Amino acid sequence: MTTQAPPLLRVNRVSKWFGEIVGCRNVSFDLHPGEILGVVGESGSGKTTLLRCLSGKLEPTSGGAEFLSKRHGPVDIFQLGEQDRRRLQREEWGFVHQNPRDGLRMRVSGGANVAEPLMNLGGRHYGQMRQATTDWLERVELDISRVDHKPRNFSGGMQQRIQIARNLIHQPRLVFMDEPTGGLDVSVQARLLDLLRELVRDLQLSAIIVTHDMGVARLMADRLLVMKNGDVVETGLTDQVLDDAQHPYTQLLVSSVLQL
Amino acid sequence: MTKKLDRPMIKVEGLTKRFTLHQHGGARIGVFGGLDLEVKKGECVVLAGASGMGKSTLIRCVYGNYLTSGGSVKILHDGAEVDLAGATPQTILDIRRRTMGYVSQFLRVIPRVSTLQLVMEPLLENGVSAEEAEARARTMLASLKLPEAHWSLPPATFSGGEQQRVNIARSFVREYPILLLDEPTASLDAANRGIVVDLIKAALTKGSAMIGIFHDEAVRAAAATRFFEIESYKTAA
Repeated sequence: MTTQAPPLLRVNRVSKWFGEIVGCRNVSFDLHPGEILGVVGESGSGKTTLLRCLSGKLEPTSGGAEFLSKRHGPVDIFQLGEQDRRRLQREEWGFVHQNPRDGLRMRVSGGANVAEPLMNLGGRHYGQMRQATTDWLERVELDISRVDHKPRNFSGGMQQRIQIARNLIHQPRLVFMDEPTGGLDVSVQARLLDLLRELVRDLQLSAIIVTHDMGVARLMADRLLVMKNGDVVETGLTDQVLDDAQHPYTQLLVSSVLQL
Repeated sequence: MTKKLDRPMIKVEGLTKRFTLHQHGGARIGVFGGLDLEVKKGECVVLAGASGMGKSTLIRCVYGNYLTSGGSVKILHDGAEVDLAGATPQTILDIRRRTMGYVSQFLRVIPRVSTLQLVMEPLLENGVSAEEAEARARTMLASLKLPEAHWSLPPATFSGGEQQRVNIARSFVREYPILLLDEPTASLDAANRGIVVDLIKAALTKGSAMIGIFHDEAVRAAAATRFFEIESYKTAA
């Protein structure tokens, strides 16, 4: 047996209720360093609610989530004070929104968007930050000559690349992604998925990716959680869940995919 | 000493597999039941039996791609037997990365990744340096007679036979202790089938343990060290 590093995130019976309505119910799992977890299900299944809880954007009704922080050691993210939680989000996490407008500051240039996390973390050396920004724009395959353009002058796919660079430049250990390729054309989506796949492998990132697209799940995720009406109905290795689905709902999801 | 050397690499005991199709009124399809099979180093066990008997299903159960409905599938990984039924996803992925390779009829193409990169990937994942990985990948692609002009291209537009050779190169370049082969020669011509048979024999000499399904009579005869008749384990449900 190989010795395994302790989990980066331990999620223990997380539930979120909106009054009488269930968002997610009793969700538990471990996420290991370097592991990509896909959360799949239809809209309304609770996958985004779960992601928002785990990323500290939404207070759960009950449950715990212990994150192995560089700064604090193991901490329950729901027990952290507001300030510490924000610092954790800034220093050790990234969050890629489906809509780049939710993750970018639209009034400042693309380059400033990418550099900002470094400044927030106390970066003061202009030349180094400029260099890091240029490196990252190259990594996400953006034209460096457009570094000073505002995000609104970029296409949707390019905005998403800026958002990805902004969320990875500070070398987070955990990245949350909510339908990262959701609003894009198919050809742009494929290139972006390749890029993401390469980056997570190269940087040994851990990630939780919410998607309703089984193709995205197969390409990106090591492991899947299938959600329905707030419950996790099935978990397992990605190829096992997709090729030998056990739960009726998963079988329905998989059999509904159009084949090309 | 000899006892240790003789430990099976794959040990399947009392394996049962059935599918429940919830989209079709919960229909239960039994594939096989109570199946026992051991594969040792240097053995290539060829699955025999007509189409629909569950040959591919057995291979997929051994790879952890299908769950088992009963019994166990034990893999010798880092000198210890690991039962896939109780193993964590992390352990199964580690077994696939370092111990057990799988060649199917189909190549799952990843857009934009070049052929050379695809073949290097299993080596890079196992800590082989980029230079050595590239050299070994090039040698492997050359021995499979894939035109060098293709190497920098993603295999999406390749012919079926060319894609299959990329698939084979990817699995044989790594020298896995266990290899599962599901019709790896299905869309190859005679010359290329011969090359694949040579690769199989070379891997067996180095001590790989294999389970294979081969449609082609000549390949089957050349590769097999033993045949395994799956039909007698057929179950109703």
